[in-house]
Amino acid sequence: MTTLRTWRPRGLRAWLTAAVLMALGCRHALAADPPGVATGDGAPAAGAPALRVCVDPDNLPWSNEDGRGFEPRVAAIVAQALGRPLELVWQPMRRGFVRKTLVAHRCDVLAGVPTQLERVLVTRPYYRSSYVIVQRADLRPPLTGFDDPRLPSLRIGVQLIGNDLAASPPGHALARHGAIDHVTGFTVDGGETPAGERMVDAVARHELDAAFAWGPQVGWFAHAHAGRVNVREATPPPDLPLPFEFAISMAVRPGDGPLRDELQAALDARRADIDAALAEYDVPRVDLADAGDRPAAKVSP
Amino acid sequence: MACLALGIALASLQHAALAAGAAPSASAPAASASDAGRPPDGEWRMASRTVDGQRFSPLTEIDRSNVASLKVAFRFETGVNKGQEAAPIVAGDTMFIVTPYPNVLYALDLTKPGAPVKWKFQPKPQAEAQGVACCDVVNRGAAYADGRVFINTLDNQTIALDAATGRELWRAALGEIRRGETMTMAPLVVRDKVLVGNSGGELGVRGWLAALDARTGHVDWRAYSTGPDADVLIGPAFHPFYAKDRGQDAGVHTWPPEGWKIGGGTVWGWVTYDPELDLVYYGTANPGPWNPEQRPGANLFTSGVFARKPSTGEAVWYFQYSPHDIHDYDGVNEHVLVDLPIDGADRKLLLHPDRNGYVYVMDRRTGQVLSADPFVHITTSSGVDLKTGELKYEPAKTPHAGRTVRDICPASPGGKDWQPSAWSPRTRLLYIPHQNLCQDAETYQVSYIAGTPYVGEDVKMRPGPGGYRGLLTAWDPIARKPAWQLREDLPVWSGALATAGDVVFYGTMDGWFKAVDARDGRLLWRFKTASGVIGQPVSYRGPDGHQYIAVMSGVGGWAGAIVTNKLDHRDEVAGGGFAHAMTDLPAKSPAGGTLYVFRLP
Repeated sequence: MTTLRTWRPRGLRAWLTAAVLMALGCRHALAADPPGVATGDGAPAAGAPALRVCVDPDNLPWSNEDGRGFEPRVAAIVAQALGRPLELVWQPMRRGFVRKTLVAHRCDVLAGVPTQLERVLVTRPYYRSSYVIVQRADLRPPLTGFDDPRLPSLRIGVQLIGNDLAASPPGHALARHGAIDHVTGFTVDGGETPAGERMVDAVARHELDAAFAWGPQVGWFAHAHAGRVNVREATPPPDLPLPFEFAISMAVRPGDGPLRDELQAALDARRADIDAALAEYDVPRVDLADAGDRPAAKVSP
Repeated sequence: MACLALGIALASLQHAALAAGAAPSASAPAASASDAGRPPDGEWRMASRTVDGQRFSPLTEIDRSNVASLKVAFRFETGVNKGQEAAPIVAGDTMFIVTPYPNVLYALDLTKPGAPVKWKFQPKPQAEAQGVACCDVVNRGAAYADGRVFINTLDNQTIALDAATGRELWRAALGEIRRGETMTMAPLVVRDKVLVGNSGGELGVRGWLAALDARTGHVDWRAYSTGPDADVLIGPAFHPFYAKDRGQDAGVHTWPPEGWKIGGGTVWGWVTYDPELDLVYYGTANPGPWNPEQRPGANLFTSGVFARKPSTGEAVWYFQYSPHDIHDYDGVNEHVLVDLPIDGADRKLLLHPDRNGYVYVMDRRTGQVLSADPFVHITTSSGVDLKTGELKYEPAKTPHAGRTVRDICPASPGGKDWQPSAWSPRTRLLYIPHQNLCQDAETYQVSYIAGTPYVGEDVKMRPGPGGYRGLLTAWDPIARKPAWQLREDLPVWSGALATAGDVVFYGTMDGWFKAVDARDGRLLWRFKTASGVIGQPVSYRGPDGHQYIAVMSGVGGWAGAIVTNKLDHRDEVAGGGFAHAMTDLPAKSPAGGTLYVFRLP
């Protein structure tokens, strides 16, 4: 198992500038040169068709209609490398989003999906993350895994996913290890603020001792509470063969091989800029190098 | 907001009756309070015709010898092409039909040729309700009593109308769609009370049955399915037959702390009533919403049956069919009340074909299980212990995170779902429309919801043994076995109707409406409607003195959502895994919304 990379939150917060300049409505074409992105291949070719990318209108730190989020940043970098204007198409990432986006031809690219997602054609992963433990900085000794005898008595937050409030892999592991009576569920959508923010705030306020969440969801919010909360990679217990790490790719329709290859070339060429965008939003990352030999989430029975 | 907070707020729900009740106008069909139990032979005033839930028409003009010549008398297009699960209601010379969302109520004048619209009522439910309804936006029908018609709307309102004019008398707001609640069930009127319950077990809703004053809409009582005894209306009169269902505040103690507040146990099925014992019977839905390992305990009082006093709501007994329900089996199927000799003694019985695959024959005075026999292929359990009432689960078929489980039979919709069976006192057989489906909880499917790489159970339903998906079973509760069975390619998702002419009617999802011999199942007549039939057939005597048969056509519901919601059949877990078993349905049946009424030439 890979360890979480020395992941250091960076306080660039360039998104503040971006938020002002990128205050966009639905289907609004972005300037191809957003602030904070180094200029490389120049302006879009005259008349080049827009690169239509679907992103969630309200799911920070991934994306927000106001232009914030690392997915619009990554999309802008890629569009710029391709010499095409960027058009962001807003679609909540709920069940059925592939059907409502790519299948419905509302856009041609999904900015970030698990590399194993079926029914789409994916690029190689451009980052890989893990479920993480967000915990009070003053928890001694720190919680490191599911074999901790304090687990059943700690106050723990966990994600509930989708309309049927399904459990995440750490949610299953918590139940398997007796964490039942003091576990609070957080729905990933439907709240006033993003689920990751609510979970991190609850830990920072000491209403929870810890929370288990998908890394990208909480890294950025945890940064605001640096010193009060810690983030560390969560690893699955030996008795539960569920994946905790996932590689993330861009995706196109199954027939769009040439577009996928163009995206791949752009991702490769702008690797450093993309890494910088991910770092800016404090996306916890694990080694991508390992991803090739480990098709994540192909769980064998 | 943390999801556990949802249930707390529910307790403070307002349930105001928005308009004071007014007396129905004098021109309403003649009726009296006592009619509720035994309506006139030619009428069909509630979804099951009688409060015992038998769905038996005493009319005899249409019988085995002449049913083959049935012809369409008239049709009516509702204009709403969603799953049509409602029963047409007939009171006096008027037929009432309620559509799926937006829940339009039509009154048709049966005295005139072609039955023109007498009046139409549009409740205008909130559109958001469509988004939270789990399995298509169905409605299971209206109810008529004492000159009033009652309907439930998808956005949790019960509305009373003057049957003669369509004038709104009152409406009661009973739930919150923001919390995932909807209403789809048909109301049952018992004396001066309208009994209604909520839907939404998939979304962390706390289930309840409420009794509204039929004149004003005032909530006389509301009984929750989980929580402290005070909320469940459990008091000194409560005497469950089996020890497993007893215990103070068992609706709290059989859950992790706070779990009961979002514990499910909704009441979206059928309510029946025994006037002599003065008890109402209804089933509660599955527990929710956490994965089963996160809610250890029996999870009372979900997936079981309550007997209650309708005047106060107090519980008299309860029996849990599927303790700690791990397969989403629910307990909401109908409880048909019949009196039969068992082992030489006349017994007051309750017949209940459960989703878990057993036909329960129970003493409806006490809740004792007299027999429980499989009516469909079962692998998830090995029987019911009649001494303890326990369902003997098969551990190898228990869904478990990280493990593949194949051949889970019956599948989540159960051996039978909502589709109500019919009883003929002449043949003493229960005609059960149902499905023959199994499922594999195979590996894990990666999805991506709100940015989260979600590793979901990849539930795929498929036909059970024999390769067919539907059955009509004529069940003999005394012999404890089928008298006969008819196989259907698609799940039989319609209700059944039995008549004194010894004919049984039902429909198929590819659009056939069929009449079979009540004694041996021989096909006597069939008619192809424009869409799949998942409605409840009824029979009535028209103003011309002749017998009619009526049914809605329009495929949908959970089984048919692949058509109405235009689900992508490649998205195999769409529609709760059901779409995988129904990929051929869109080619076999378009959506529809048509009333068909038949009579002899």
